[in-house]
Amino acid sequence: MASTTPIDSPPAPPVARKRAGSSSGRVGDKVFLGLSRGSGILLLVIMASIAVFLTYRASLAISENDGNFFTTFDWNPAGDPPVFGIAVLLFGTVVSSIIAMAIAVPVAVGIALFISHYAPRKLAAPLAYVVDLLAAVPSIVYGIWGALVLVPYLEGLNLWLDQFFGWTYIFEKTEVGVARSLFTVGILLAIMILPIVTSVSREVFLQVPKMNEEAALALGATRWEVIRLSVLPFGRSGVISASMLGLGRALGETMAVATVLSPSFIISGHLLNPGGGTFAQNIAAKFDEANEFGRDALIASGLVLFVLTLLVNGAARMIIARRKEYSGANA
Amino acid sequence: MAKRIDVSGLSAYYGSHLAIEDISMTVEPRSVTAFIGPSGCGKSTFLRTLNRMHEVTPGGRVEGKVLLDDENLYGANVDPVTVRRTVGMVFQRPNPFPTMSIFDNVAAGLKLNGSYKKSQLPEIVEKSLRGANLWNEVKDRLNKPGSGLSGGQQQRLCIARAIAVEPDVLLMDEPCSALDPISTLAIEDLIGELKERFTIVIVTHNMQQAARVSDRTAFFNLAAVGKPGKLVEIDDTERIFSNPSVQATEDYISGRFG
Amino acid sequence: MSQAANTGIQERPAPAEAARPTSLSSRALPRWAPFAFAALALALGVGTGAAAGWQSHTQWGLFSALLFVVISYVTTSVVENRRQAKDRLATSIVWVCFLLAVVPLASLLWTTISRGAERLDGYFLTHSMAGVLGSEPTGGVYHALIGTLEQVGIATVISAPIGMLTAVYLVEYGKGALAKAVTFFVDVMTGIPSIVAGLFILSIMLMTKTQPSGLMGALALTILMIPVVVRSTEEMLKLVPNELREASLALGVPKWRTILKVVLPTAIGGITTGVMLAIARIAGETAPIMLLVFGSQLINPNPFQGAQSSLPFYIWEQYKVGTDQSYDRAWAAALVLIAFVMILNLVARGIARWKAPKTGR
Repeated sequence: MASTTPIDSPPAPPVARKRAGSSSGRVGDKVFLGLSRGSGILLLVIMASIAVFLTYRASLAISENDGNFFTTFDWNPAGDPPVFGIAVLLFGTVVSSIIAMAIAVPVAVGIALFISHYAPRKLAAPLAYVVDLLAAVPSIVYGIWGALVLVPYLEGLNLWLDQFFGWTYIFEKTEVGVARSLFTVGILLAIMILPIVTSVSREVFLQVPKMNEEAALALGATRWEVIRLSVLPFGRSGVISASMLGLGRALGETMAVATVLSPSFIISGHLLNPGGGTFAQNIAAKFDEANEFGRDALIASGLVLFVLTLLVNGAARMIIARRKEYSGANA
Repeated sequence: MAKRIDVSGLSAYYGSHLAIEDISMTVEPRSVTAFIGPSGCGKSTFLRTLNRMHEVTPGGRVEGKVLLDDENLYGANVDPVTVRRTVGMVFQRPNPFPTMSIFDNVAAGLKLNGSYKKSQLPEIVEKSLRGANLWNEVKDRLNKPGSGLSGGQQQRLCIARAIAVEPDVLLMDEPCSALDPISTLAIEDLIGELKERFTIVIVTHNMQQAARVSDRTAFFNLAAVGKPGKLVEIDDTERIFSNPSVQATEDYISGRFG
Repeated sequence: MSQAANTGIQERPAPAEAARPTSLSSRALPRWAPFAFAALALALGVGTGAAAGWQSHTQWGLFSALLFVVISYVTTSVVENRRQAKDRLATSIVWVCFLLAVVPLASLLWTTISRGAERLDGYFLTHSMAGVLGSEPTGGVYHALIGTLEQVGIATVISAPIGMLTAVYLVEYGKGALAKAVTFFVDVMTGIPSIVAGLFILSIMLMTKTQPSGLMGALALTILMIPVVVRSTEEMLKLVPNELREASLALGVPKWRTILKVVLPTAIGGITTGVMLAIARIAGETAPIMLLVFGSQLINPNPFQGAQSSLPFYIWEQYKVGTDQSYDRAWAAALVLIAFVMILNLVARGIARWKAPKTGR
């Protein structure tokens, strides 16, 4: 600040004031930059500590585990020796999420198209609003609705699927009992992620440039052909990222699964049979009875869930990045 | 192929707003008819009523008759999809399908209709691209995305796409307004060639362009902002630009307004 | 077309001749056809369902939907043509998707409202569960309401400044490796399941021998809330036109004052909306509360010590009790929670609309 050049000395008072201002500005700038950069760094620290702490506590449990962490079909960390493994949880989590995606993504794309291209205009705007609101309904509400309303409703469907599609093996119901199965969990998860997938897909479909759609129309395309030629190609990456968002939620969903599933530590391809488990559901179910070691074992399973969601998110991000390069030119 | 268009008593609305009122005219086959007039006079809206694209706009509707060789486009059992298949259109800004290759862009219309032989496709695509004076520039990169071409090339690609389905009429909505002068010249030359085969209607802001490319010119005007646009007169281009019968046309041509 | 043949224009044989329509008009189904198909499909579906004795109405509906799609497609392809039939197929599938989704979601809302209203009154909102047995029809949600408000409040007080400052860093200062890393990890953080955030705080508690309290739950909620705040604030800051910043900087205003006095006030509406939506999201989280706050039947107004409850956790607890009375309480609490979340959403969206910066689109 102590400038010795004669040039900016002459009119003394205003310059002096200005200097004072700019030096306080400089301090202010430094403080402000420090604060905001600090927040960014704090975020990185949090992420790093999540990974470190979970891994550390998980290693405490796994080193004492008498079974194989990945292949054991049991969860008994309180036993002597302790035995626990995530095979059943991994299977249940993946299967229920796949069912959820298989139902939710096509239906969500359908609803998104309905709102963006098919619904009467007076219906479309309020409908979009309602879908956005539904995306905010807490999962525990889906959970009790699933357990108290959906499960009894699906029993008839289960019997019917067993009767006509039992030959497919996966729809063969070999155990009697209520519909507290992985299949039901998949349906509930599908209903849960439907609003968010719909909402994101609709946004993307609405962004399709009008002139792309008119190009198809002017060639004599029907409404469906307009969608096939210009809307779907444009919206594909958006739909993929919306689906990944939904998948991330389905993988980590705790309460809706914990309320609906009747858990058991078996892997069965008969999806209509009650039983099975998911990472999050198992943590919720086993937490109350677990001692410190048991909690570490649960943390170990949580770590696997964490890695799983990281992989899904990473894949989504890569897909989006690649599509951007390809389709940006004329948009 | 080229067909005559007979419009009688046509009005178009956006919701309750009357955009163009009571227009009647005849467009001769195998000729270029240019629509000129100040901004907002409804010439583009009128053009879009000729292939039922107007009703795609929310709230858009049309009253009156448009006969394409004696068949009313707005008749009871007429399918707008068939109409647009028969009356092709080129837009203000070039709009190739961004995710498709050049080849697929040209073939898009044919593939929609389904009844083509796969072996014929390359031949039709080449013929259309030649027809649009684009073949020599793109023949080595037919599988590259159409969005990689320059603006003028993209517009000619859109023309190739439109003529590949052999329409009866080709509508052009200010096809050169987004292009540089050299590309504009290329498109104007192309229009001169295409009129041997098609009935062409072109909307343009540029009066010199209308004078250069068209056989007949229609002048549209509106009484005031918010009032509906009307057809003032339609005549041979030469007469419109030398000796129009209405004073407003002469004022507009000579640059006194608009 | 007969006219056209006489004019003699059609000498040149075109390759695509076969595809050309011979006439503009074609056989078309009447406008009421879809409604007729729907009625027919519904009648057949209900008839078949009743005759075959299917227990669940879900099947009746699914079967009707399937019939509707098939009838529309077949009829259209017979009367009109393949392309129209495909178009009609797509339309009917899209409609079926919509109806298919409306049924469960409407049922969810309807059940919550109708079941919840049975028990929801002033008494329910002002009493705790102290000394209430599962089978008693009394008890209330007051303690859980306090817990939710305090935990969410603490989480907001921590996350909102951190999230906003991070967003300011990314938009106003961020260049280089650090900004890239932060952007990436904000995305990663958005995807963290709430139970994993809970386990993280749990692992710290295990190591520091900390007892469960409202604060611990709030910390887990903070992890879930920060990335949401960062994202929405970032979006809003990006909408502030650069001219505003340049105008202020050109007047000699330091950058930090430009951000505080010009940029943030311009975007404050959208930022508020983002924060409120984030609050609405974490208010419904159950899993971290279950692991970290432990739950309580009593009123504990101190979030820093001792177990607390929260609305979503209360619902879970009452569901597990499994009596008719506790189910009633669960539904009523669910209604309170949904109302809380919806009001936040509506107000947030209202603010967004009212304060929206003009983006020129």
